[in-house]
Amino acid sequence: MAKLTLDDLRKLRDEQQKAMTKRDPSNKSAKVIVGMGTCGIAAGAKETFNAIIEELDAKGVDSVLVSQTGCMGLCHSEPTVEVIMPGMPVVIYGNVDAATGRQLVNEHIINKRLIDNHICDKPAIDIVR
Amino acid sequence: MHASVCDTLTDLVQNAIESGAARIETDVHTGPDRIELRVKDNGKGMDKTALRRAVDPFFSEKGKHDRRRVGLGLPLLYQTAEAANGSVEVRSVPGQGTEVRFTLDARHVDAPPLGDLPATLVGLMAFEGTYELVLKRTTDTGSYAVSRSELRDALGDLREPACLTLAKRFFEANEASLTNGR
Repeated sequence: MAKLTLDDLRKLRDEQQKAMTKRDPSNKSAKVIVGMGTCGIAAGAKETFNAIIEELDAKGVDSVLVSQTGCMGLCHSEPTVEVIMPGMPVVIYGNVDAATGRQLVNEHIINKRLIDNHICDKPAIDIVR
Repeated sequence: MHASVCDTLTDLVQNAIESGAARIETDVHTGPDRIELRVKDNGKGMDKTALRRAVDPFFSEKGKHDRRRVGLGLPLLYQTAEAANGSVEVRSVPGQGTEVRFTLDARHVDAPPLGDLPATLVGLMAFEGTYELVLKRTTDTGSYAVSRSELRDALGDLREPACLTLAKRFFEANEASLTNGR
């Protein structure tokens, strides 16, 4: 693999942006935040973060912003992931390994369905499927 | 103890961000014998009392989480160094920032593996907030350097999955060139 420069990255980004503009011009409307405190790191949050990024990219979902934060105070349920989406309750999911991270992309973000058995910070009971 | 050196690196940078740092310098050196990390921030720093307490696993700074009574970042760092013939040096000045140097004997039987460095470096750029992170990556035979602002300038919003994927390609290519000597 040859070394990549920042100029190479700019070119790749420009090519990608042209394709993205054709595919979906919608604004970024959702946020996914992965807890990356000591507890999250020890529980495998980095793998979760990578899996979410890869799945979003593979499914062509470009309306979501992904970031990391520190400990969310739910160390017993790490890795934790907060999902903020219009039309959906704000949810903190717990015990989100890489496979659950992919499931989160497909169920919560694409199909707009909650993943019941991973909800830590619960929305109102009547919202849960 | 963290599973990999990369986990330790993420932890140190996360600590720096949590200390309110606007600028973080991160050096990562790997060689056949030694692994060295240096994380320097201009966050709020610690006085001698706070520094002493920071290595106590049953101490966490007030204000982070109301009911949390543990703080494992630095204790895990010391534990890893102790287990694998390494060292930890922490210098901190209140109001000026903190510098942590961590070294490890890479050949020690208890040394954790390096881990997935490209994915980790992407992660370091993807914490929330407006901090600058300057990365200097060296081996015995080569080096590269990049900052978060340079990546953002090249890619745009570093919270977009497509940008993060490209950033990972950047780090993978540069890591491979370090390994191949190209």
